[in-house]
Amino acid sequence: MDGVHDMGGMHGFGKVSPEKNEPVFHQDWERRLYALYRAMSYAGVWCIDQARFAREQLPPEVYLASSYYRKWELGMEKQLAELGLAGTDELTAGRALRPGESLKRKLTAAEVANTVTRGSFARPAQKPARFKPGDRVRTKNIHPKTHTRLPRYARDKVGVVEALRGCHVFPDTVAIGKGEDPQWLYTVLFDGRELWGDSAEPSLKVSIEAFEPYLEPA
Amino acid sequence: MQLRVRALETVLTEKGYVDPAALDAIIEAYETKVGPHIGARVVAKAWSDPSFKRALLDDATKAVLALGLVNRVGDHLIAVENTPKLHNMIVCTLCSCYPWEVLGLPPVWYKSAPYRSRAVNDPRGVLADFGVTLPADSAIRVWDSTAETRFIVLPMRPKGTEGWSEEKLTSLVTRDSMIGTGLAKQPGEVA
Repeated sequence: MDGVHDMGGMHGFGKVSPEKNEPVFHQDWERRLYALYRAMSYAGVWCIDQARFAREQLPPEVYLASSYYRKWELGMEKQLAELGLAGTDELTAGRALRPGESLKRKLTAAEVANTVTRGSFARPAQKPARFKPGDRVRTKNIHPKTHTRLPRYARDKVGVVEALRGCHVFPDTVAIGKGEDPQWLYTVLFDGRELWGDSAEPSLKVSIEAFEPYLEPA
Repeated sequence: MQLRVRALETVLTEKGYVDPAALDAIIEAYETKVGPHIGARVVAKAWSDPSFKRALLDDATKAVLALGLVNRVGDHLIAVENTPKLHNMIVCTLCSCYPWEVLGLPPVWYKSAPYRSRAVNDPRGVLADFGVTLPADSAIRVWDSTAETRFIVLPMRPKGTEGWSEEKLTSLVTRDSMIGTGLAKQPGEVA
């Protein structure tokens, strides 16, 4: 969706402000929230793209004004309600008002060491790759109202396939419950001028990781 | 937020979805075990061992796993090398994708609107915010992490570190130098 989360190239957000000796978490609730998210992901109730899509659908003014983990919390509440796993009435009451649903699995402390890294999104190929490194491609001019990982600034632009990264879960379908539909993934490299015109920094090159359905031959 | 998240944890625990002990273990892992010290060791090894460096640039997932610092590496970790003529910078314009297994959780600025908006069209301006100026003849390459591939920058080894042990080299490798918003420290900056 063409939301405010898709920030590449926008103006007006000001300077980057690095914090010296930044802690991993700033507040205790951020710790708990992050762990809750990971534990519920482990239980298989949502996948990463569904969680991203939930956050992208927050009202723009909420998205922009909320801290990072506040967005995660709001996204989780939305998903838990939509999936029927926990109601807003229960969160307001601060206790379970109905028995829980049966989930795929439950994370134990002993299992944590094996789950702190990212999951695997590679899948067996369903057909040969359409493009190869060196091919010129044009990204499609798409504007789906649902989740996509093709950023606005890189749509309808000509680039070169730099690498083939294997076949991966397709975010655009899995985020809306239409299955993993694995697709080939490519690193596509663009000249700065193709993206930003004459104002581009002369030596700039930018790449995106593009799924095959985003691309057509150029 | 403290109360809201406590309510969330209570509800999810009472429903049997989560075990508070597992939550404690997740927090402990991210606060004490996973972090940029892992990436720093990968970089120092690559600076010291040419065959490891080749393996890292060829397939970082495999090379990092072989080091034995972490018990799992996500699919498609990709290492990109800075040279005098090319500076690499990593961003996720759409959310906050970051190579957790080698750098831990991302800092707030990495997830912020200023960084996500400007890294792809004003990387020199972003570097200036970090107090970094690149030579005018250095090209800039920005990697937008729009899928489940993840990137780590292999910064340039500072001059004057010939003969340094891998352990000592590690002290020069900052988190930001592995994202591309910084450079490795100079030998004079560490004791």
